[in-house]
Amino acid sequence: MKVVGQAIPHESAREHVTGRALYTDDLLPRYPQALHAWPVQAPHAHARVLRLEPAPAHRVPGVVRVLTAADVPGLNDAGIKGDEPLFPCEVMYHGQAVAWVLAETEEAARLGAERVVVEYEPLPAILTLEEAIAQGSFQGATLQIRRGDLEQGFRASARVLSGALYLGGQEHFYLETQASLALLDETGHILVHSSTQHPSETQEVVAQVLGLPRNQVTVQCIRMGGGFGGKEVQASPYAAVAALGAYLTRRPVRVRLNRWQDIALTGKRHPFYARWKVGCSEEGRLLALQIELFSDGGWSLDLSEAVLARALCHIDNAYFIPHLEVTGRVCKTHKTSQTAFRGFGGPQGMVFIEEVLTQVAQTLGLPPEVVRERNFYGPSDSPETSTTHYGQPIKDVERIRLIWDELKSSAEFERRRREVALFNAQNPQRKRGLAITPVKFGISFNFTAYNQAGALVLVYQDGSVQVNHGGTEMGQGLYTKIQQIAAEALGVPLEAIRLMPTRTDKIPNTSATAASTGSDLNGAAVKEACEKIKARLAVVAAQRFGVNPADVVFEDGQVWSIWKPEERLAFAEVVRAAYAQRVQLFADGFYRTPGLHWDKARMRGKPFHYFAYGAAVSEVEVDGFTGQYTVRRVDILHDVGDSLSPLIDLGQVEGGFMQGLGWLTVEDLRWDAEGRLATRSASTYKLPSFSELPPVFNVRLLPRATETGVVYGSKAVGEPPLMLAISVREALRDAVAAFGAGGYVELASPATPEAVYWAIEKVRRGALVFGD
Amino acid sequence: MAEKVQIKVVVNGVEHHSEVEPRLLLVHYLRETLGLTGTHVGCDTSQCGACTVHLDGQAVKSCTLFAVQADGSSITTIEGLGSVDSLHPVQEGFWEMHGLQCGFCTPGMIMAAADLLNRNPQPSEEEIRHALEGNLCRCTGYHNIVRAVQYAANKMAGKVGVAADD
Repeated sequence: MKVVGQAIPHESAREHVTGRALYTDDLLPRYPQALHAWPVQAPHAHARVLRLEPAPAHRVPGVVRVLTAADVPGLNDAGIKGDEPLFPCEVMYHGQAVAWVLAETEEAARLGAERVVVEYEPLPAILTLEEAIAQGSFQGATLQIRRGDLEQGFRASARVLSGALYLGGQEHFYLETQASLALLDETGHILVHSSTQHPSETQEVVAQVLGLPRNQVTVQCIRMGGGFGGKEVQASPYAAVAALGAYLTRRPVRVRLNRWQDIALTGKRHPFYARWKVGCSEEGRLLALQIELFSDGGWSLDLSEAVLARALCHIDNAYFIPHLEVTGRVCKTHKTSQTAFRGFGGPQGMVFIEEVLTQVAQTLGLPPEVVRERNFYGPSDSPETSTTHYGQPIKDVERIRLIWDELKSSAEFERRRREVALFNAQNPQRKRGLAITPVKFGISFNFTAYNQAGALVLVYQDGSVQVNHGGTEMGQGLYTKIQQIAAEALGVPLEAIRLMPTRTDKIPNTSATAASTGSDLNGAAVKEACEKIKARLAVVAAQRFGVNPADVVFEDGQVWSIWKPEERLAFAEVVRAAYAQRVQLFADGFYRTPGLHWDKARMRGKPFHYFAYGAAVSEVEVDGFTGQYTVRRVDILHDVGDSLSPLIDLGQVEGGFMQGLGWLTVEDLRWDAEGRLATRSASTYKLPSFSELPPVFNVRLLPRATETGVVYGSKAVGEPPLMLAISVREALRDAVAAFGAGGYVELASPATPEAVYWAIEKVRRGALVFGD
Repeated sequence: MAEKVQIKVVVNGVEHHSEVEPRLLLVHYLRETLGLTGTHVGCDTSQCGACTVHLDGQAVKSCTLFAVQADGSSITTIEGLGSVDSLHPVQEGFWEMHGLQCGFCTPGMIMAAADLLNRNPQPSEEEIRHALEGNLCRCTGYHNIVRAVQYAANKMAGKVGVAADD
């Protein structure tokens, strides 16, 4: 292959480094007539709206209109589950927008919003998972997966332990906040520019709010300044406000949330709480696990059921647990509606099982990595121990151990284990910790129907090509990979391929660009479309060469026959000949992931096309006086199949790891007693910065990793690396343990320096008690 | 609203005379008045650095300054650092070393890095990290950004005369 697999820069890199790459809100200067929108935000976490009086806003010069529920021509709902009123009569979380003011300037809209009179009747609010569980405040179905016979498993166990852990959420903090610009296009129809990962659903929501058939609404996403799941469903309300404003005023309307608004209004990674009982042998083999998961879904259901399902499906991570019962509930609280975030519940499920394994190891006094190894799935010739708890045989199960062994060796794990022990013996107030953790992550949407994609490829007579597909670009490099796939499949240079902005009038009924599936699905659809065109061109070229079409080669913009490679035609020449013969020079492509089935009621089947594997070794150093720590070194080996684009994939692994590190260590969401988010900006919500980048960061892709049945042998890469950061949490725990005298070290999540400090205090007190 | 104030600024070598509202932030002046949308607003609280530009040769976060404070100054934005046909070495570094993903932080990151190299043409890895601490990236994990700046430093060292943008 010539183009696929090459390490090439991002498709828009030239535009990005020169400031010419446009994001949604950059279109604003092109529409001087645009109105600006500002939300009227409720000052209560839960309240009934008794009265809403927009009139005073109009006394502010420049205010044009106040949007309220009465203005909605269609359905007053910004979601697809019917539980997300765009203009609510009952406030469900602090800061929720109850009305939007449109004005000539942003300043006027803000002042106008201040003048809107709203009378509220405050209602009792549920603000924590603890309160929700105690009060039985749940939403959606109870999910459960069972394997084996729990009772039998516990009876056979030498030890039975119990535990519980609360996991904090995470703010997406995509650098580009939610943004939409809606207008009436040249034909008088609604066109919405939206920073959305799911243009088709944004189109659906806009059409629903306006009461229009979907063919009257076009949504376009040029690109996003980051998404991470936060723009999968939560871009739609702002697109709907912009579209409603444009529909009513017939002027362009711009909605761009500022950072405070974005953090206050939009959902986050789900906080989770789990409690468990685990049975194991004296060697640390898991025999039985009963675990209950509770996620904080916030005020509406959103994607919470699917997130929970993925958490349940990843409670095993890389481990065989013969007797298992995992049960999950989505709690309903008066907070933002928690939503998709890179990993989509998988990370939470995996942190819990890693917690359980460390608990088992530390209780038994065994090295955690030894206990992890002992519980791995496999060998591949043992169907029972190579099948997940939901009944899916684990393809390439041997890669778990292969990656593990290879990484332990390349990261010099055993030698460094001894060095860490030596350092710790010599330093009473500073301790180092070392840990290795594995990743096994299922690829495909849990919701089977989403595993489809379409493409439309257009070849022009000069041989230049436009590629349309349903995936969106948010920085993950999808467009780069698609450009490589199209160039490879057509046998033309990269420069001949132009990627078009994602639009609903090109490809209908698309899936969200999510679940790491963007290149698997859209890439396969684009490849199919290109191959259709190439097959037609091969016939034309074959006539010219007097050979069978199967003997025609397309490469790098040239076309020849294997019989006479020196006689070459330019791609454009063949295209022109095809045009003259009235051969169709455009084609659609479609892909549906084969072999997927999922029984939602029984939680059994084959929800995933394959698994992505990886492992990470992290080393940290912790200060015993303050709990401050540094990550000293990280080694990663990750499986992306045959990489479509190695620079892009390495970037995804590094970035995903750092985002996971943020979630598990420094990113701490805090709500106050009124349900107001106290960490509403980068000044109070700590994001990973250059300081958190480990000074030694060795990242490698697994070689010879062809994934058969996926486009050009590749694997998805977006989400799985995030969970490599669990090794940092475990390394911190390993360091904290060195301050004590043994036993299970409890560590809060996120493991902020403060949390580490308290964990050290606890193990030191324990050491005193046991030491006496 | 307060009375408008007359300012004169040179942006990317072009002189502009504008009447601005005194509380107009420099970043909004650049984006909305001049249409230079390469400078981004990321956090609104001067943490993320996506709005970094050069003011009289020094990197500043343009969301911490009012447009009126720039009166009489010379400003370079990402659009003026290099051209598509002749990229500044830092721009080239971010491109070549894949120092960007979504690209939203990139202009600010490049402007901050260019400023660093003006002051310290051969920074250590530690100095690069320290100098760019005020710029946030949510995608890359920073590793390639450090490499991009190293690339630029090497390139500039190899070519005497490829001087600063300002």
